[in-house]
Amino acid sequence: MAATDDTMTATRAPAVRIRRRGERARFAWLVPTLYIVFLMLPIYWLANMSFKTNQEILGAFSLWPQEPTLRNYAVIFTDPSWYSGYINSIIYVVMNTVISVTVALPAAYAFSRYRFLGDKHLFFWLLTNRMAPPAVFALPFFQLYSAFGLIDTHIAVAIAHCLFNVPLAVWILEGFMSGVPKEIDETAYIDGYSFPRFFVRIFMPLIASGIGVAAFFCFMFSWVELLIARTLTTTDAKPIAATMTRTVSASGLDWGVLAAAGVLTIIPGALVIWFVRNYIAKGFALGRV
Amino acid sequence: MNKPWNNKAWFLVLPVLALVAFSAAIPLMTVVNYSVQDTFGGNQFFWAGTEWFEEILSSDRFWAAMGRNLVFSGIILAIEVPLGILIALNMPRRGWGVSVCLVLMALPLLIPWNVVGTIWQVFGRIDIGLLGRATWALGIDYNYVNDPFDAWITVIVMDVWHWTSLVVLLCYAGLVSIPDAYYQAARIDGASRWAVFRYIQLPKMKRVLTIAILLRFMDSFMIYTEPFVVTGGGPGNSTTFLSIDLVKTAIGQFDLGPAAAMSLIYFLIILLLSWVFYTVMTNYDAEK
Repeated sequence: MAATDDTMTATRAPAVRIRRRGERARFAWLVPTLYIVFLMLPIYWLANMSFKTNQEILGAFSLWPQEPTLRNYAVIFTDPSWYSGYINSIIYVVMNTVISVTVALPAAYAFSRYRFLGDKHLFFWLLTNRMAPPAVFALPFFQLYSAFGLIDTHIAVAIAHCLFNVPLAVWILEGFMSGVPKEIDETAYIDGYSFPRFFVRIFMPLIASGIGVAAFFCFMFSWVELLIARTLTTTDAKPIAATMTRTVSASGLDWGVLAAAGVLTIIPGALVIWFVRNYIAKGFALGRV
Repeated sequence: MNKPWNNKAWFLVLPVLALVAFSAAIPLMTVVNYSVQDTFGGNQFFWAGTEWFEEILSSDRFWAAMGRNLVFSGIILAIEVPLGILIALNMPRRGWGVSVCLVLMALPLLIPWNVVGTIWQVFGRIDIGLLGRATWALGIDYNYVNDPFDAWITVIVMDVWHWTSLVVLLCYAGLVSIPDAYYQAARIDGASRWAVFRYIQLPKMKRVLTIAILLRFMDSFMIYTEPFVVTGGGPGNSTTFLSIDLVKTAIGQFDLGPAAAMSLIYFLIILLLSWVFYTVMTNYDAEK
């Protein structure tokens, strides 16, 4: 009898503690919820504005559109100076992502598998480029690409963005590659695979998620950057973000269209996040969590 | 990991080297060129030695911008890091809530930086913005266009809005890597909530937290687009950070010499910080 009593109390004590922890946890959802509300409010306000007419935006203050209109979106989808901005952005972002990941793959393999002359210095030098302020490079870039006659082309922006995206891709891929055991390489070589065949057939599928994450981050940083993209383009390759600044500064502010354009720039990001949601943190930690 | 020594690996690095050299080394040399020369228009340049460096280092404008940058970085770190930890600790660990939290929280990170500026510009305006209207209704005299203090508040809240998620995501990744056994052991010992945080969660987050702090420090030190769109560096010069000042000098006034000298000083500071970052990180890697 006494023995059962003992076990009873022994099991009850942690149970109480667990329940107390549970009570604390019951209100835990409040913190992230409040934070998400704080994140969503300004975005909601932009979306709200994008469905209003200019008179309504400037005239009456309302928390939701009183007479919802799609006029602002219609303006963007019918005016080439607006929608070409999206096309330009997407072209150079995709070009940049492809270039960055392609050149970063072999380099990351070299860093993760071998030691060679100056490897540590080179790795550090790459990192410094990720940390370099774009403001420092804006003017020299303009002159460099003018000299090559590349101003206002998509490739100019794509190559310029490699400045910070290639180092990032190398770092992320190196992190993922170091997680693949070396025995796999050795076995493949014994089986008579040549390096390129091994790399494409065996190694790349193994680090597929790493490649995805690296591509996502290249996409992201190229997509959000404006200073360099704006400096290197005038009309033909002008990114959507720059089109927006022009509208703000020059013509009598068309708030509705501006808001609609802003909402449309959020959508591609929201789409790609969904695919990499479980790897985002690892990417931000440069592949080192 | 024991890596074999193989200098042929250089061939694999060559494409990256060529590309980054083209993107970084050549422009950097142009900057160095300008920083030691003077021009009177045309294409004539004269050797100016260290004149521009002396001018920049003794100018109040540069040190004021630098000071503002440091204060800004200090404030946002003091807000974003504790807030990020708090949110990460309270995030759900399993179920559908995880995906929802991750996606919604990552959203601000993927908005083009000038759109972030536009969002807050609109949000804070006293005539059409929700925030401006709300503070006005509460009787607070808030106007970021005229008042330097309000401009600072706006820029800081905007940065917190934009980047706290980065800290959250990193801390969360550190937290989920803690095995359940640790918590069970703590429970048996009757450890308090604080003890669990202090002796289990914080040490496990140390590594990612270092990355978060250094990334946030460096990115806030280079901040340009968002405050430029919202305040344009004003009112007056109250939100003119180093980058904004640099672009004003280089592209606005076309003072290439001083702008180049300033770029180099700026770049050297960043280089120093990157070195600290790199040393700390590789030390962690070595410990592991």
